[in-house]
Amino acid sequence: MNFATRALLELQETTLLAARAFGGVFKRPRYIPETIAQMDAIGVGSLTIIILTGFFTGGVLTVQTFPTLKAYGAQSQTGYLVAVSLVRELGPVLCALMVTGRVGSAISAELGSMVVSQQIDAMRALGTDPIRKLVAPRLFALLVSLPLLTVLADVLGIFGGWVTAVALYSVSSSVFLSAVRDAITTDDLIGGIVKPIVFSLIIGTIACRQGLSTEGGTVGVGRSTTRAVVMASIIVIIADYFLAKALQVILGTQ
Amino acid sequence: MAAEIHTTAPTISENAAESTFQEVDDRDRAIPAIEFRNVVLAFDDRVVLNKLSFKVMKGETKIILGGSGGGKSTIIKLVLGLLKPDEGQVLVDGVDITNYSEQQMMRVRKNIGMVFQEGALFDSLSVYDNVAYRLHEQGVPEDEVEPEVRRMLRFVNLEDAIDKMPIELSGGMRRRVGIARALVGDPKIVLFDEPTAGLDPPTARTICELAMKLRDLEDVSSIFVTHEMNNVQYICSEYAVVDEDGKVIFEREGERLCLTNSKVMMMREGKIIFSGTDEALRRSEDQYIQRFLRGH
Ligand SMILES: Nc1ncnc2c1ncn2[C@@H]1O[C@H](COP(=O)(O)OP(=O)(O)O)[C@@H](O)[C@H]1O
Ligand SMILES: [Mg+2]
Repeated sequence: MNFATRALLELQETTLLAARAFGGVFKRPRYIPETIAQMDAIGVGSLTIIILTGFFTGGVLTVQTFPTLKAYGAQSQTGYLVAVSLVRELGPVLCALMVTGRVGSAISAELGSMVVSQQIDAMRALGTDPIRKLVAPRLFALLVSLPLLTVLADVLGIFGGWVTAVALYSVSSSVFLSAVRDAITTDDLIGGIVKPIVFSLIIGTIACRQGLSTEGGTVGVGRSTTRAVVMASIIVIIADYFLAKALQVILGTQ
Repeated sequence: MAAEIHTTAPTISENAAESTFQEVDDRDRAIPAIEFRNVVLAFDDRVVLNKLSFKVMKGETKIILGGSGGGKSTIIKLVLGLLKPDEGQVLVDGVDITNYSEQQMMRVRKNIGMVFQEGALFDSLSVYDNVAYRLHEQGVPEDEVEPEVRRMLRFVNLEDAIDKMPIELSGGMRRRVGIARALVGDPKIVLFDEPTAGLDPPTARTICELAMKLRDLEDVSSIFVTHEMNNVQYICSEYAVVDEDGKVIFEREGERLCLTNSKVMMMREGKIIFSGTDEALRRSEDQYIQRFLRGH
């Protein structure tokens, strides 16, 4: 099979997996405890890295842009630049990449080791559909957590930018904040939520699919984990490009 | 399969034991529990099962012997519908399940217990939750689950381990928990995939005894995959009975009766090279079989 065929096949399998996971959402048994446990693991568990990522990204945005803006006498617009970069791009994308690294890899490794130790077969033999018991709760938890984490990263990023601007560059706090308020439009907020929803589906389905298609023992688990992280990261970045353009067209802001 | 396995109410068990040895005319019993008809299965270009046909009758234990990679686990997965054949049919209780959907298979699997090669316990769940898995999935209330789990763990002699996590168990204990988990719901068909591989002889013997108890006291049909000849020896020449005190004991065939409900099937490279009784296997003049029996 050549590369294109394989890629198409992979796309088909991944889409089917997502469809089957969501198809079972309204049927019994519903795996509510599993879903809550996953939200805890994925959402609450990622808080620390998201807080750190958000804060320092906002900070470094101020560090890098303030001198340039000052050269043009536009230092009062630091807040504007920090907020726009974060809400439109860096918040969603960095969050998705961090979650891919932390959660995507964990999902794929966990499902992969369940495959190689025959736990998935055992589950099916005992009458449970692993897609509904394992995949759906993870997808759903990601779908809820990632937008929330993204909002958190945005807020902390702006906070980090504000701290840096006020403490290091003596920008007045009210100037920074009013620039932030000017910067963020409704369209940005819509984009800031739509993107993480799409990204969460990308990360979740790819990680689950790679995990469940693990072959070849423990070595295979490593391979599928790597593949999950690499594929999800790249596709997130590519999807971000097209989403940005699509949102501009849809919202009429080009 | 109830408390009578172990202690009380020997009457039911004795009846079950007798019926196993009788030549039963009942038309229902003439339907094989498992039947393969010309099953072919290939992974990519590799043909793993090549026009395989065999039957496992009700109450019968079919021992499948064969070297690694011979397709033994694949047979078991086909019975459960975890894999689908490329050609041919798989029948369970006379019903063709070859084209069953995953959802239809779920119903078939309710009546089948499966013991995996390494136990395949869920390592995020305790022994209790592992054994209770099927019941929890079916939403059985907790006060009914607990006695059932204890009964199953007593059957495999592991009641003490109820609160342990799988990681804390030895290989033999994991296998036995796997058996307990498979037996919840009293399946009439139990599939064992190398349940004794890598175990010390006394533990392996215990596992064979469990299989014999299921066969002789519970009228379970089973496939028992192994490559240990002493497993064959045990299963084909001994049987379980309940003595006057209600204890299960094992007797050798010969004095009172001759075992006819255990058959041996030998696989090699996806084909059946022998099928019959263990005596006939020993008498076989096939080079490969002789080497397999002698071990050199
Ligand atoms: N999922 C799979 N993909 C490709 N090949 C497989 C798969 N499962 C089993 N095989 C191959 O099928 C053959 C039979 O496997 P198996 O039934 O596990 O053998 P056994 O249990 O007798 O040792 C082996 O050669 C194995 O490599
Ligand atoms: Mg095997």
